[in-house]
Amino acid sequence: MPDTTLRSATISVLVENEPGILARVVGLFSGRGYNIDSLTVAAVESGGARSRINIVTSGTEMVIEQIKAQLDRLVPVHRVADLSLEGPHIAREMALIKVAGVGEKRVEALRIADAFRARVIDATHESFVFELTGATDKLDAFIDLMRHLGLAEVSRTGVVAIARGVRTI
Amino acid sequence: MSADAALTGAEVLLRALKDQGVEVIFGYPGGAVLPIYDALFQQNAIRHVLVRHEQGAVHAAEGYARSTGKVGVVLVTSGPGATNAVTGLTDALMDSIPVVCLTGQVPTHLIGNDAFQEADTTGITRPATKHNYLVKRPEDLARAVHEAFYVARSGRPGPVVIDLPKDIVIGKAPYTPPASGHPSYRPQTEPDHGQIAKAIALLKQAKRPMIYTGGGVINAGPAASAALTQFVRSTGFPITNTLMGLGAYPASDPQFLGMLGMHGTYEANLAMHGCDVLLAIGARFDDRVTGRLNAFSQGSKKIHADIDPSSINKNVPVDVAIVGDAGRTLEALVAAWQADPTQSDRQALTTWWRQIDAWRAKESLKFTQDMKLGSIIKPQHAIRRLYELTRSVQKDIFITTEVGQHQMWAAQHFRFEQPNHWMTSGGLGTMGYGLPAAMGVQVAHPEALVIDIAGEASVLMNIQEMGTLAQYRLPVKVFILNNQYMGMVRQWQELLHGGRYSESYSAALPDFVKLADSFHAVGLRAESVDQLDDVIREMLTIDRAVIADIAVDPKENCFPMIPSGAAHNEMILGAEHEGEAAGITDEGLVLV
Repeated sequence: MPDTTLRSATISVLVENEPGILARVVGLFSGRGYNIDSLTVAAVESGGARSRINIVTSGTEMVIEQIKAQLDRLVPVHRVADLSLEGPHIAREMALIKVAGVGEKRVEALRIADAFRARVIDATHESFVFELTGATDKLDAFIDLMRHLGLAEVSRTGVVAIARGVRTI
Repeated sequence: MSADAALTGAEVLLRALKDQGVEVIFGYPGGAVLPIYDALFQQNAIRHVLVRHEQGAVHAAEGYARSTGKVGVVLVTSGPGATNAVTGLTDALMDSIPVVCLTGQVPTHLIGNDAFQEADTTGITRPATKHNYLVKRPEDLARAVHEAFYVARSGRPGPVVIDLPKDIVIGKAPYTPPASGHPSYRPQTEPDHGQIAKAIALLKQAKRPMIYTGGGVINAGPAASAALTQFVRSTGFPITNTLMGLGAYPASDPQFLGMLGMHGTYEANLAMHGCDVLLAIGARFDDRVTGRLNAFSQGSKKIHADIDPSSINKNVPVDVAIVGDAGRTLEALVAAWQADPTQSDRQALTTWWRQIDAWRAKESLKFTQDMKLGSIIKPQHAIRRLYELTRSVQKDIFITTEVGQHQMWAAQHFRFEQPNHWMTSGGLGTMGYGLPAAMGVQVAHPEALVIDIAGEASVLMNIQEMGTLAQYRLPVKVFILNNQYMGMVRQWQELLHGGRYSESYSAALPDFVKLADSFHAVGLRAESVDQLDDVIREMLTIDRAVIADIAVDPKENCFPMIPSGAAHNEMILGAEHEGEAAGITDEGLVLV
C-alpha cells in the first residue's frame, strides 16, 4: 500500500523573475489540489533577475515528490530545493501583532512580549503593535497567548527559509 | 544600427518563424493580427492555411506536428480568437504535442482596459500551455519566438502561446537569431546508466515480463520506435501500446498484444495484471490504462522511463526510475541487454507466452457480422473492411479519429505498423479533433491517403472545416460510423445508468451526402453490409474530399471494457463471451 503519512515540507524555488511566475506557481498548486500553508516571494539578486519563492506545504511523500517535480518542470524555474529533506535548515517568519486593551491585561501583554523578545514598534494608550520574528510555532504560541489579552489584528510574512552551513540552493 | 532595425515587429516575427523552419501556419485573421497578415501577404516563404474556426487551427497544427515531428504553428487574433484556441491548446498539452500559437493582443497601452476583443490570454492559457509569453517590448520579440519553439519541442513537448500586442507588431523591432539552450529550461535527455543497469538486471531475471509504451516513444522520433522494435525482438518479451503509442511497435508482429487499458485487449490487460517485471516507456499510467489503482499490476517490479520526472511515481510507485528521452533510453537498453552476459529465463518466458496465448485465444475483439443482404453494418466490421481495402493503396496512410466508440474501435481494429500515422485525442478526449487534425496531416502530406474515422456526433463539432478542405483541395476522407447516438455516452448509460438514454440521441442529423455536396466534397452512403465495400472502394478512388456516411448498428457496444473502478482482471467482454461480466461498484460510478 502507498504511504499515507503526511509530512510538512519547506520548499525553496529559485525562479527567473518574469511576469506571471507567481501566478504559474500558485496556479499549479490550486490546479492540482496541493496545499499551500505559507508562501513568500521576493527578488533575491541585484537587478532583480531572479526571485526566491519559499513554500510550506504538506502531503504524503508521493505528493511532495510530485509537487517538486511539477515545480521543476515550469520553464522559468532554475532550481527546487526541499529544505526539510536536504539537511538542516532555518525557517523564520515575522509577524506584526496588534493588541488593544488597558489595565492589567496591557501589562501582562507587555510582560509576555518581553519573554518572547517581541519588540514594541507602535504604542498608544489603548494599544501596542508587537514585532516578532521566529519559527512558525513560536509566532503561533505568542499569538495564542495574546488572544486573552486583547488581540486585535495579525499580519504575518509567511516563512522564509535557508539551508544551514555552506550549502546553497 | 544594422539594417535589421528597419524591420517591423510583424516582419521580425516572420523572419524568426522562417529561421525556425516554419513552412505552414494554420490561422484566422482579425483586428489585432492584421499587421501580421499584411506581412504574410508580402512574402512567399511561409504558407498560410485559412481555417474556419480557431479550434480547428490548433488541431490542424497538432495533426501536422504528429505526422511530421515538426512544431505546428497557429496564428489567431485576440479575444475570441484566442479563447477559441484554448480547447486545442489543452488537447496539445494533454497529448504532449509541440505547437506554437501566436495570438494577437490589444495594444500594450490598452491592456487591462477591457478593450474591444481583449482577453487576458496569458492568464487564460497559463494552465492550458506548457509555457506562454506576453511580448511587451519590441526587443523581446525575436527572443520570445525562438524560445517558444525551443520550449515547445524540447523535453516533453507541448503547446506554447506568444501573445502579441498590436503596437509591438506594428512598431520597429530588432531581430536576433536563435540562441542555443535556455537559462532555466534544460530537460534531461540522456538516461542515467546506473539506472539502465538496474533495469536490465530486473529484466534479465523476469519470469513474466511485460513492456508497455506510450506516446513518448512516438514523440522521440522514428528512431525510438526502431530501437523499441529491436529491444522487444531481442528480449522476446510481450509488448502492449497505449492509445497514444500505437504504431511505435508493428501491430502485425506476434509479440504485440494490442492496445491495453479500458478498451484494450484481454491478453494485454491480463498480462499487465499478471506480469512480474513491467517496463513502461514514455507512458504515464493514466486512469484509462491502470483501471483501479490499488489493484494495478500488484505483483510486478516496475521500471518507468520518461522524459518528464513528474510523470514518474505520480500514480503508481515504481522501483526503477529512468529520466531521459525515450529513444536514448531504448538505445541504452538495447546496448546494455546485449552487453550483459546474464541469460534471461527462456523457460519461464515460454511458459508465460503459453499463458498469454491462452488469453489471446479468447479473441476479445471478436464480433459477429451478419453478411446477409440488407443486414445492418457492425461498426467493427466497417473498420476491418476499411483496413483491408486500404492495404492495396500505394500511398502512405494516415488515420485520425474523433472521440468515442468509433475511436476505440479504430484503435482496436485498424492495425498500425509505423509511428506518426495515427492521430487521436487521447488525454483530453476532444470531440471534433479528427477532421481538422486530418486537414493538418494532409497539408503536410499532400500525396498521402488521410482518413478521419469519425462518429456522426463528434464530426459535427468541427464540421465547418469541410470549407477548408474545399479551399485547399485537401482530399481528406471522412469515414463516419453513423449510429445516431453519442455512442460512448449511450453505452455508459446502458451499462451504468439503467438504460436511461438522457440526451444522447441526436435527432435531426444532417443528410451527410448533401452536406458533403454543399461543401464541394463528395458524399457517399452505405445503409447495409452489402453496400459497404463498394462505398469504401469508391471513396478511395475519388481524389477530392469525401464524406462516407456508414449507417452502423446503433446498439453496438465497445468491448472489452474495464468498467470504471474495476481492475484489469475484471474486464467485461462482449456478447460473444456471455456470463463473464464483472460488476460495477458504487465507487466506480463516481469515476469518469
